[in-house]
Amino acid sequence: MNNRYNRHIILSEIGQEGQDKISKAKVLVIGAGGLGCPVLQYLTAAGIGTIGIVDFDVVEISNLQRQVLFGTSSLGKNKAEAAKKRLEDLNEAISIIAYPEKLTHKNAIGLFNQYDIIVDGSDNFATRYLVNDASIITNKPLVFGSIYKFEGQVSVFNYNNGPSYRCLFPSPPEKGTVPNCSEIGVLGVLPGIIGSMQANEVLKIILGLGKALSGELLCYNALNNKTTTLKFNKSESKIDTVLSKKKNFHTYHIDEFCEVDNHIISIKEVVDQANIQTIDVREAHETPKIENLEVTAIPLSELEQSIDKIDSEKQKAIFCQSGIRSKKAVSILKTLEITNCYSIIEGALEIKSYLKEQHKVLSDER
Amino acid sequence: MELKIKYFGQIAEVTQQEEESLEFSGVLISELIEQLYEKYTPLKNKDFQIAQNQELVTLETQVSGNEIALLPPFAGG
Repeated sequence: MNNRYNRHIILSEIGQEGQDKISKAKVLVIGAGGLGCPVLQYLTAAGIGTIGIVDFDVVEISNLQRQVLFGTSSLGKNKAEAAKKRLEDLNEAISIIAYPEKLTHKNAIGLFNQYDIIVDGSDNFATRYLVNDASIITNKPLVFGSIYKFEGQVSVFNYNNGPSYRCLFPSPPEKGTVPNCSEIGVLGVLPGIIGSMQANEVLKIILGLGKALSGELLCYNALNNKTTTLKFNKSESKIDTVLSKKKNFHTYHIDEFCEVDNHIISIKEVVDQANIQTIDVREAHETPKIENLEVTAIPLSELEQSIDKIDSEKQKAIFCQSGIRSKKAVSILKTLEITNCYSIIEGALEIKSYLKEQHKVLSDER
Repeated sequence: MELKIKYFGQIAEVTQQEEESLEFSGVLISELIEQLYEKYTPLKNKDFQIAQNQELVTLETQVSGNEIALLPPFAGG
């Protein structure tokens, strides 16, 4: 009798039956980086029957501080292939498949369909939204982990009809506003902790043990050891929007699907443009009223019924009292597939005084 | 009422603290966020979700709890 899994098997909660479940499971890991390495290491050691690894990148010296599957002999090699080589030494009895390619809308569905559980260890928002959406479309549970400097987030999406990443963060932040590890740095052991938590969730799902982190986001801070768990609900409309793209999913381009909808501009940029419609989403009674600029008034509460007032040919610049409702309006319009919408960062008072100043300058010049 | 506000990730970098107590006299979460925008202008450029007593809420939710958390998305891996 093979002794390898003895410490699992002697646990009454797992037993041979549980170990058999593990050996029949198929898990696809997106990214063999800081998170992917510990995930892969523990899943391989646990004896997951089939493990897929997607990573197009190559091992660099700066990866070795945290990507513990690699050594100096892996430098310059593809990460998926280098990981496979190391993992085969760890456990020769399982099947490990390396996909040394980029995950795209073209290959995601086909790949995901071959596995039971998806693990997200990617390092950018575009891939994270792609992984989430492809998991929704293929109806696979997704074990999510992400890190920032000394903090990590862990959750399980699309599990037993549970919420998805888009129910938590509906759309990606504006490009360049959230730096990644290569730009800002990361404590090397942090992905080890978060990746191990992800591996734990994978095993819990396979074994039906305990309670998966579905509908909950676990936030971990390595500096004070505090964990906070926040609950969130499923948004049927967010899931339906993703499902509606199922048929043409392979035709989307990664940046397009991850389209940024929190576009923010300044009133200073608005006044310079001719082809722009400025929309005030405040309620009719709110002051100050804006002068010296043509404004279409559509209170936020009436926005969805008033899209005929919106000029589809023009860019839309939306403002309100403080910049909160205008952001909301942009995301409502996006769900109605009205694009080219921007939220003006300034509130009505600042806009009014800026326009007044501009008007004064212009009058003085004349 | 006095609220305990918790900040995560980049949000804590803007506020330069992980939590603080804040006096709030409004009704809605949106009013609280306006108050925070006034106190920390760079917050306007940050994406975050809001939780009240450990549950995600929207801007239209009434402030009823005593603990509010501002949670940004992370992408690193």
